[in-house]
Amino acid sequence: MTYKFDFGVLLPYWPQLLHACLLTLWLAATAVICGFIIGIVTVVARRSGLKFLRAIALTYIEVIRNTPFLVQVFFIFFGLPTIGISFTPWTAAFLALSLNCGAFSAEIIRGGVDAIPRGQFEAGAALGLTPLQVFRYIILTPALRIIYPALSGQFVLALLTTSIVSSISAEELTSTVQLLDSDLFRSFEIYIVATLLYFALSTIFSLIFKGIDRAFFSYPIK
Amino acid sequence: MIRDFGLLEVLTILQGMWTTLALSAVAFVGGGIFGTLVALSRTSAWTWLRITSAAYIDFFQGTPLLMQLFLVYFGLPVFGFHVSAWTAVAIGLTFHASAFLGEIWRGGIQAVPRGQSEAASALGLGYIDRMRDVVLPQAIKLSFAPTVGFLVQLVKGTSLAAIIGFVELSRSAQIVASTTYKPLIAYGLAGACYFAICFPLSRVSAYYERRFAPKT
Repeated sequence: MTYKFDFGVLLPYWPQLLHACLLTLWLAATAVICGFIIGIVTVVARRSGLKFLRAIALTYIEVIRNTPFLVQVFFIFFGLPTIGISFTPWTAAFLALSLNCGAFSAEIIRGGVDAIPRGQFEAGAALGLTPLQVFRYIILTPALRIIYPALSGQFVLALLTTSIVSSISAEELTSTVQLLDSDLFRSFEIYIVATLLYFALSTIFSLIFKGIDRAFFSYPIK
Repeated sequence: MIRDFGLLEVLTILQGMWTTLALSAVAFVGGGIFGTLVALSRTSAWTWLRITSAAYIDFFQGTPLLMQLFLVYFGLPVFGFHVSAWTAVAIGLTFHASAFLGEIWRGGIQAVPRGQSEAASALGLGYIDRMRDVVLPQAIKLSFAPTVGFLVQLVKGTSLAAIIGFVELSRSAQIVASTTYKPLIAYGLAGACYFAICFPLSRVSAYYERRFAPKT
């Protein structure tokens, strides 16, 4: 092997890399929060009495879950402008990620809600709670406790998915290292560093979720 | 010149769909073979083997698939292997699939009650017989639904090969979009093709998940 590794060329660029990491974290965090809200709304829609609402929610979930994220991003960023709806790369990336995360979260949350025994809903109604209160206190909170591991796994996956938005030149970690690569021609080193940075970011992300788990979902309930 | 969106464009995309299917199949078979090794290492009696395979799984589950593909694509030439984009992508996806399938099958193997393999040992079966005739057949049944579920992820994951420049379904849609300037139709059609592959698989996965679900 004649190739000489040289990670030193990357050193002067560390502020850029750090900035890119923060952008990636920011994009992932906002998209995850937004996706989670979309997920809850979708689950409510799926359980609603209106047939067309249920149909819309189901179509949304199945279409997003069964097509690749790359095609979704391209559709939003390149496709929609032809019918007059255009976004900046960052907005398109945020929108695509939120929609993607929303569909997967919805499916996970639905699983948790289904696991709540029916008697609980009826008991809630018998206590005189409004349907919204029943949903919030009796369904959502215990359901979240059940699905929390799956949900946080999904959110870490969303963080890793952000790398794909580099293909529409939204500024984050992958697009930053691609730019560096075109300056430095040190592809292998650069992508090793980028991969390790992603690994660190996903570790941070899962640690945050562990913290949230301790604070909100541990017994006894505060 | 801007071309119309005609039969040729549809055929280009369908051809890409065929490549996507082939790539998914190669990655799934390769990932299945190595995934079995990963799952067996993960459940092995040797501590160092368990730790190594756990680190392997963590690495692939904690980094983006795109980075893994880049590493293989740019890394192989560094080690003196000059391979085509097709080979690089197939190798990258195989590694990726082996880690995920390994983790799924580890779960399956560990879900088989301990008494089963103890009983097999008591009957005098060695490790290979015990795994092949007692543990794995039950583990396969338990992990069938998540395996098909992962296959859906894998098919969708092959789309990232387009970023490296490998011409499969997403890349052909990209090419058609830029020659016809009808990205909405091109990506819509590509999405529909992926849906046609993935939706039936998702249904199968959901069906078996219900069927093999523990009775409550």
